[in-house]
Amino acid sequence: MKITPGGVVAAEWTKFSSLRSTWITTGVSVFLLVAFGMIASASFDRGGADAVGLALSGSTLAALAVGVLGVLLGAGEYTTGMIRSTLAAVPRRLPVLWSKSLVAGIAAFVMMTVGSFVAFALGGAVLNNAVAGMSLGDDGVLRALLGAGLYLGLVAVLGVALGMLVRSSAGAIAILAGGLLILPGLAILLPSSIADAINPYLPSNAGSAVMALTHSDGTLAPWAGLGVFALYVVAVLAAAAYRLKKSDA
Amino acid sequence: MIQVREVTKRYGAKTVVDQLSFTAKPGQVTGFLGPNGAGKSTTMRMIVGLDAPNSGDVLVNGRTFASSAQPLHEIGVLLEAKAVHPGRSAVSHLLALARTHGIPRSRVDEVLHLAGLEKVAHKRVGAFSLGMGQRLGIAAALLGDPAVIMLDEPVNGLDPEGVLWVRNLLTGLAAEGRTVMLSSHLMSEVALVADHLIIVGRGKLLADTTVADLVTSEGVRVVTAAPDELRAMIGGAGVTVTSSGADSLFVTGRSAREIGLAAATRGIPLFELTPQNASLEEAFMDLTRDAVEYEAAR
Repeated sequence: MKITPGGVVAAEWTKFSSLRSTWITTGVSVFLLVAFGMIASASFDRGGADAVGLALSGSTLAALAVGVLGVLLGAGEYTTGMIRSTLAAVPRRLPVLWSKSLVAGIAAFVMMTVGSFVAFALGGAVLNNAVAGMSLGDDGVLRALLGAGLYLGLVAVLGVALGMLVRSSAGAIAILAGGLLILPGLAILLPSSIADAINPYLPSNAGSAVMALTHSDGTLAPWAGLGVFALYVVAVLAAAAYRLKKSDA
Repeated sequence: MIQVREVTKRYGAKTVVDQLSFTAKPGQVTGFLGPNGAGKSTTMRMIVGLDAPNSGDVLVNGRTFASSAQPLHEIGVLLEAKAVHPGRSAVSHLLALARTHGIPRSRVDEVLHLAGLEKVAHKRVGAFSLGMGQRLGIAAALLGDPAVIMLDEPVNGLDPEGVLWVRNLLTGLAAEGRTVMLSSHLMSEVALVADHLIIVGRGKLLADTTVADLVTSEGVRVVTAAPDELRAMIGGAGVTVTSSGADSLFVTGRSAREIGLAAATRGIPLFELTPQNASLEEAFMDLTRDAVEYEAAR
């Protein structure tokens, strides 16, 4: 009987899977991804759209949902008082953050990757006539679908980190929604030269680049974009780790 | 063994624990007493490393707790009944804690049985009564078969049967050679189980004593046929004798045994010979009154 990294991961998985809210939020995320993908695929017939982009139209809302999932896992420790039990069992503390991030990240990655493929398949089935159909073998399709899973998995980790950092569900969700949804909207208010320079590096814009089938001027290259988003996640994780280690629980 | 050494904890300008030192030893139950707000919970949080002291340190079984390779085996704690996610079942809560250490599922069932929670093991903890929550907390504390068991106000919300269960459990654990520490703001609760008492007020150590020592003798009440003769016999340095009635005396500085023997040598009849002890509750109030008054005077 000894504390092990694998044990802490197993414990976090038990915590993750034994909450009803986990399954509801995960289910909602997949549903949003698939449902919006199908609706957009069936109805959006103006120019500039491709089958993958339409299938992944739900990714913005799905990102919000998996982000909330991560926040509930992270901040929930503090809002319920569970953190005291958790840290009395794992007094080194940091393994809890790493394990929780890993569990949330992998679970969200798996579910969202599945969701992306389902959205692409079902979206393709109901695709309107104005957009050309695509198959998995076409250039960039696999990368975009897998990238969507990776991006959404990272968003879940971001949620965990924000939750552990802020220690309040409401606060962390506000920051998450602000960072992912509102920031790009605010950037438009800046002078266009500055906005153009900043825009590709905003968290959700950078992360979404990996889901884009074609690489346009105003965005980062797919993997570079995901890398930038990962850096945001690492930065917030580092801040969460610092607070977890240094301040009273 | 828990060693608290010169520990001070401040929250902002308020010193909650002030230069506190004490040791809870294996094989005995240590009662941790003090009025509400005396710093008991904060001290217990520092013992398991949830809060860091501003100065001083705490050792659990001779080591810093955070460096332990098997924390749940070192110390099992019940901090607050609410240190549980209400959406989880009792069994999932315990299982999550057990998995960190690779503790088998059978041990989870064992502590559930011990705490009498088998029937509600799959119910959401949010639906538990305060007493059931306490039982779950105690089950969690016992999970790792710990050498030290530390419980913060364990009998809060328990029914009489539960109180008796906790009492027997704690004395049993101490008899097995474990260190047992429990906090309370009620002396009567602790006096029944504790051998050793740590009494704090406003974060400071007021007394590090035993139940027996705290019950100080106040004096002896004597009713006799010859009060004046007896008074002359037992008087001496450090002895005060006051008369509280025509044939009764109140003696301090002499034990009931000494008075009885003295009376017997002269054949003085005694009708009553009663040692008067301050009750534990009174002794506790006397000790902590200063701490409380100190606060009010500031």
